[in-house]
Amino acid sequence: MNILSFFVLIPLLMLLGLWLAKSLNQVKGVMVTGASLLLLLAVYLTVDYISLRNAGETAEMLFTQSVEWYAPLHICYSVGVDGISVVMLLLSAIIVFTGTFASWKLQPLTKEYFLWFTLLSTGVFGFFISTDLFTMFMFYEVALIPMYLLIGVWGSGRKEYAAMKLTLMLMGGSAFLLIGILGIFYGAGGETMNLLEIAKLHIPSSMQYIFFPLVFLGFGVLGALFPFHTWSPDGHASAPTAVSMLHAGVLMKLGGYGCFRVAMYLMPEGTAVWGDFFLVLTTISVVYGAFSAIVQTDLKYINAYSSVSHCGLVLFALLMMTRVSATGAILQMLSHGLMTALFFALIGMIYGRTHTRDIRQMSGLMKIMPFLSVGYVIAGLANLGLPGLSGFIAEMTVFVGSFQNADLFHRVCTIIATTSIVITAVYILRVVGKILYGTCKNPEHLKLTDATWDERLAVICLIVAVAGLGLAPYWVSNVISGSVEPIISQLIR
Amino acid sequence: MDVTMIFSMQNELSLIAVLVIVLLADLILKRPNHKALQNLTCVLMLIHIALNVVPQTVDLFGGMYHSTPMASAVKTILSVGTLLVFMQSGQWLGREDTQHKAGEFYVLTLSTLLGMFFMVSAGSFVMFYVGLELASIPMACLVAFDKYRHHSAEAGAKFILNSMFSSAIMLYGLSFVYGTCGTTYFADLPQLLTGTPLQIMAMVFFFAGLGFKLSLVPFHMWTPDTYQGAPTPVSGYLSVISKGAAAFALMSILLKVFGNMVDNWSLLLSVVIVITITVANLFAILQENLKRFMAYSSISQAGYIMLAVLAGSEQGMSSLVYYIVVYIVANLAVFGVIGAVEQQTGGKVDRDTYNGLYRTNPKLTFVMTLALFSLAGIPPFAGFFSKFFVFASAFHSGYWIVVFLALINTIISLYYYLLIVKAMYITPSDAPVPTFRTPRMMRASLFLCLLGIVLLGICSGVFDWLTDLSVR
Repeated sequence: MNILSFFVLIPLLMLLGLWLAKSLNQVKGVMVTGASLLLLLAVYLTVDYISLRNAGETAEMLFTQSVEWYAPLHICYSVGVDGISVVMLLLSAIIVFTGTFASWKLQPLTKEYFLWFTLLSTGVFGFFISTDLFTMFMFYEVALIPMYLLIGVWGSGRKEYAAMKLTLMLMGGSAFLLIGILGIFYGAGGETMNLLEIAKLHIPSSMQYIFFPLVFLGFGVLGALFPFHTWSPDGHASAPTAVSMLHAGVLMKLGGYGCFRVAMYLMPEGTAVWGDFFLVLTTISVVYGAFSAIVQTDLKYINAYSSVSHCGLVLFALLMMTRVSATGAILQMLSHGLMTALFFALIGMIYGRTHTRDIRQMSGLMKIMPFLSVGYVIAGLANLGLPGLSGFIAEMTVFVGSFQNADLFHRVCTIIATTSIVITAVYILRVVGKILYGTCKNPEHLKLTDATWDERLAVICLIVAVAGLGLAPYWVSNVISGSVEPIISQLIR
Repeated sequence: MDVTMIFSMQNELSLIAVLVIVLLADLILKRPNHKALQNLTCVLMLIHIALNVVPQTVDLFGGMYHSTPMASAVKTILSVGTLLVFMQSGQWLGREDTQHKAGEFYVLTLSTLLGMFFMVSAGSFVMFYVGLELASIPMACLVAFDKYRHHSAEAGAKFILNSMFSSAIMLYGLSFVYGTCGTTYFADLPQLLTGTPLQIMAMVFFFAGLGFKLSLVPFHMWTPDTYQGAPTPVSGYLSVISKGAAAFALMSILLKVFGNMVDNWSLLLSVVIVITITVANLFAILQENLKRFMAYSSISQAGYIMLAVLAGSEQGMSSLVYYIVVYIVANLAVFGVIGAVEQQTGGKVDRDTYNGLYRTNPKLTFVMTLALFSLAGIPPFAGFFSKFFVFASAFHSGYWIVVFLALINTIISLYYYLLIVKAMYITPSDAPVPTFRTPRMMRASLFLCLLGIVLLGICSGVFDWLTDLSVR
């Protein structure tokens, strides 16, 4: 059996295990075992992938396998990974692992919560390993729908509104996507659903012009493309901690990944025509998201708008269409996934103690909960791009790569987008100064305690990953840039 | 012609045998006999399904009766659906006021099913019309079965009047066909139907007549009232079985008989599809009564089914039948749960009744959730696959704008399906429906539906089988 299929099989077995679990301890046992296995599997896959590449393996995708599923429509269960999907799988595994610990004390209906959580991760893993359009789309939707119940039942604040809004907007995106996928399938002759095979065929230009914007928008909604980003602040603010982590950390990356791997890769002519239009939208996302974050007072809203800005940067870099910028985009996905998960984890832990996320009601937390506060500072610094942490590597690569696109319009966009770095610093430092430093004014807060072991585990894992990516970026960017090559060469042909 | 040839229509003959045995058993068995009758009918239906599981081609009475392998498969599928309905109707028929006429329910239902059998395997418009009427008239009795309840009687009246009205329109159209072509046989008609104005009129009238049965907008007015008033198992039967049969018949006749006029009917159908789905979805949002809600939901589902008809290809044919199969299991699961809750609470079918149901009846809620997800087309449930195949077939035939509009509509439909999910899981309730256990037959039926919802999509067997039949 193919190693990649385990990424779907393990979550499925976890679902079964959760279904049969009788007590809370059994539920947690299943989750920890499964999440650890997934993490080990992802690490093993990464190592294996790198050693295969070093051994001179040049195929575009490795570990490929294809099993016919619906023969009349040429639908196969086909899997395969390149460097981009490998790092995305690694990211997902880390976040699922830490997310499990971040929801350690969640009540009530713990079992049901983990059932939906695991179904969500099944979709995420399935999406990243698929190379078949249909299978990919199916896993994409599997990852979306559990969000409704996860936010609606276990969320906080205006959870029903937020859950419905998020689900409908994302499903709206997937409606665009479905028609786009049919367009690609029949445009390429209706003989194959496999991405790699379609890439070798030519889809008529007239069809590309119609279906490229549909597919790009479809994935773009999930990537928080302006003006379809409005689900993200509400959704993230209402979701329970681990769901925010998984959603901002991984699910939003499905958008960028899909835009790159499906929309741009398969429809280069469409990209050429529509690229500038979407570039303007992404530039707005980047700057507008950052400005919006400045004026928020709810910690989760700040981070959600910051995610809009940073995910905008992913799409922005992809549309710049140079090899370096595309590598930067993938690095940014990875880096943003890790640090935003760290952020949401910490916010959830702080909220669990203070019962408020309003920055005006918190101050001087550094003395009360030093571990969480230091974690928060590290996440903040990573977010504003301090060298040595992941954010710097990613944004540096993105902006250097973008500036390589010598066209005047692209340069102007790059310069505008660069301003977001400064704005990010403003909102991050503002929050850090306000809630962590100074003296604590709320006597209730003085009684609070610092992180417990499960929380520490989750936070430390994420900090190690963020710092690791920042200190030793070369091996990751190496893995990515090799795989970006075939897609970019398709685009600038 | 050899007399024994008649035995080749074994599908109908075995159904008639079931019908007669049930009728006799009802006379013989000591009352109250509803439990024994239910067991007997279900066993007989199982035997009937097992006998007819292999599809055959049959041509009888000089082409009057013509059953393709696909039609044969559809009959088996409809029988399975009917069996599921029978399994769900035990508790309702066990009630004081219906106990004594349980036998009538089975006999009437079986005779409508027989009508549908003749309808899908008709080789001539005369046979088709006879089948249609046989399917409609007992249906009206079924709708009005709870005759002491005001709603049910009203629903019956509405149903029979609309039914007759639509039959009259259809007959009028068919008279044009006969008038211009001089024959009613499907085998001879395609060459003669070339699209003269009178024939276009005939096609439109025929389409309008079947549009009533399928409850396409603007012929849908009777549907919500009828579904609301009819006993819940009958609403379920009406929404899947009779809709499925009519959709299949419409597709095969439009393709086979009006094949030369494809340009005329495809435009008509495109417009009707878009209006049907949109109107039904918008009205469904407003419904508080779940049975009315399911009526609008089933109208919009009919619109999606019509996409396969629009495709007008073999791919469309297999997608249509596959859609019907998936729709049967998902919709009957929903109606099963509605029926169970209705019996338990003494007739409550409002959405508020379902508030907080998850806390008291998690299993029932689980079935309902998966069924609603399947209806909304969420993977990995079967509804996602059936919707995808229907969209793909219409797209393949070039109707991508219609597909696009239908897809936008799936978002609206997701919204109202989620409203029920929300009621069951999220909305708090002071007095949720207390924990209860449904009868064994009902549980078995819901389990079968659940199995279908989960497995029909992931296992490609059924679709492959149907594709194989559609090209045969």
